[in-house]
Amino acid sequence: MKNIIDMIMAPEYSFTAVVVLFILMIKYVDKIATKKFGYSLLLGMTVFIGWLFTDNVFRLNFFATNDNVPIIFLVFLVVWSCWFSLYKGIQNDNRIAAGGVPLEAEPENREKVWSWPNLVYTELFAIIACTIFLIVWAIVFKSPLEEPANPTWAPNPAKAPWYFLGLQEMLVYFDPWLAGVLLPGLIIVGLVAIPYMDVNPKGNGYYTFRERKFAITTFLFGWLVLWVFLIIIGTFLRGPNWVYYGPFEVWDAHKVLAANNVNISEYFWIKLLNQGLPKNILVREIAGIIMTVGYFVVGIPLFNKFFGNKYLKRMGMIRYYLMVMLIFMTLTLPIKMYLRWSINLKYIIFMPEFEFNI
Amino acid sequence: MAEKSFAEKVANTQVWKSIFRHGPPNNARNRAAIVAGNVFLHLHPIKLKKSGVQLGYTWCMGGLSFFVFLALSVTGVLLMFYYRPTAEYAFNDIIGMREHVPLGIMRELHRWGAHAMVITVWIHMFRVFMTGSYKPPREFNWGVGVILLVLTLLLSFTGYLLPWDQLAIWAITVGSNMAKATPFAGHGGPGAALATIGDFVMVSDKNDVRFQLLAGRFVGEATLLRFYILHCVFIPLVVSVLIAIHFWRIRKDGGISAPL
Ligand code: HEM
Repeated sequence: MKNIIDMIMAPEYSFTAVVVLFILMIKYVDKIATKKFGYSLLLGMTVFIGWLFTDNVFRLNFFATNDNVPIIFLVFLVVWSCWFSLYKGIQNDNRIAAGGVPLEAEPENREKVWSWPNLVYTELFAIIACTIFLIVWAIVFKSPLEEPANPTWAPNPAKAPWYFLGLQEMLVYFDPWLAGVLLPGLIIVGLVAIPYMDVNPKGNGYYTFRERKFAITTFLFGWLVLWVFLIIIGTFLRGPNWVYYGPFEVWDAHKVLAANNVNISEYFWIKLLNQGLPKNILVREIAGIIMTVGYFVVGIPLFNKFFGNKYLKRMGMIRYYLMVMLIFMTLTLPIKMYLRWSINLKYIIFMPEFEFNI
Repeated sequence: MAEKSFAEKVANTQVWKSIFRHGPPNNARNRAAIVAGNVFLHLHPIKLKKSGVQLGYTWCMGGLSFFVFLALSVTGVLLMFYYRPTAEYAFNDIIGMREHVPLGIMRELHRWGAHAMVITVWIHMFRVFMTGSYKPPREFNWGVGVILLVLTLLLSFTGYLLPWDQLAIWAITVGSNMAKATPFAGHGGPGAALATIGDFVMVSDKNDVRFQLLAGRFVGEATLLRFYILHCVFIPLVVSVLIAIHFWRIRKDGGISAPL
């Protein structure tokens, strides 16, 4: 059993599984948005995570630093909040479908109440609960403190705190200028731009799913699959040299990654045309350049064909193409991941002369 | 006339009345006066829609982000009494906090609080998204929120260096190496090699963005001081101002969102 899990948790399989689960979640959202499913999910997760902790190796890796403890809280909160908001959304959708209004719009919920005591007491309760939680956490788990700083000896793996491990995991597939600068920048720009791109007037101030299906699906995909799940990979499934280790595998640093990744230029000139690499940089990288340009030049009109009619008119040029750019940039990550896993692709464009590698 | 209870007698003294400008919250006028007359409580409106106070709607995550931020400010100030940001003292001061300070969990509270704040801010953002609360008229406040999210992460990032242990300097080394790769502005980034005039290299490891961030070419004592000031003074000040704007705008944009 544990050997099988060690095998199937490898990013290429587990990432695929998470994508499939995500699609199923959106497809069968009605089944998921029930109390029964929610409670089973929480119970199943608790049992599974509890079972993980019965394993000595997993415990050892996990408690290598107590900084990993909060990630358990994160996982539970993410799963719970996702289920809960879908649950409330579908509830409202059903009310609307039956000719009613969302729960939040019922007259008794629109009624105004006094801040004192209604709001202030809730806050007081939340503050006390949070304080107790933090104090217990602080007593049970010591803050990590390792050897004094030593600039001449780097620990292996050198990991950032967990909330940055999604970005660190992207470094496997992209150079730092993309994984560490451009893509995080686009995440920030994309988040700020959301309210200006989303012109759908519905679903303002209440939970819903069907009235905002596209917005919620894209956001959830980014949040659950590309953010939270990459953090989980980076935290739990990466050992020394950032090599994949299963949850029950000892991090013994003997596992080395076979460095047999190949660039598109090598595929094109050497394997396909049986020639040496040309001297001229642009000629050498021509296949990768065509692929990259083609991705946008062919991909965007294709995208327009499917979604253009519906969204372009409604959103206007600027909003629409900003959204398309963000979606296309986001998709480069899974595309690069699958190219790496399927054909060991290293770089699509490789120009070390300019540090310009994609 | 019935005998007054002790509590009523206290509430009638000049001292009590000078502090609290209102009577007990047993009528509408006093409830309004409590919220409006207290500098902390007046962040709230006097009355609000019932959907906005329900835990099932906001999950209290924005409020808890703010509370944890306050708790971090208090525990952080306490830690500053015991900590000197130099390569010589930093690490030993951290050990001292555990060994010589009574009830030495202040560092734990601060560190776990920092992790908790990252989580509450993320979940808060998620809630705001799922209720569509970023839609007009709250677009701008969502943007303020995104900046707060980034600053929350930067607070954690700068704080991570301060214990000056192996975990600290290598995590910051990994993180700041990204800055080296900034296009045109980092010496290892695309385009930097183009920025030369004859033999003169404009973007080098002695002046690029990583150098500005670390105050040097690697994580050293100058970095420690720089991160200390960013962490304890600069970023918290900016966050405080942005939280003030955030809260002000919540009120101006019509309070917690509700169906239009
Ligand atoms: C330091 C971080 C933050 C603090 C202390 C904070 C605090 C709060 C508080 C107390 C509220 C009142 C409603 C509630 O509790 O949910 C609120 C509402 C709001 N927050 Fe934040 N927030 C923070 C970060 C963010 C982030 C990261 C975003 C989004 C990217 C955001 C966007 C909003 C919006 C749009 C509202 C209005 C929601 C509504 O009317 O329903 N905030 N914030």
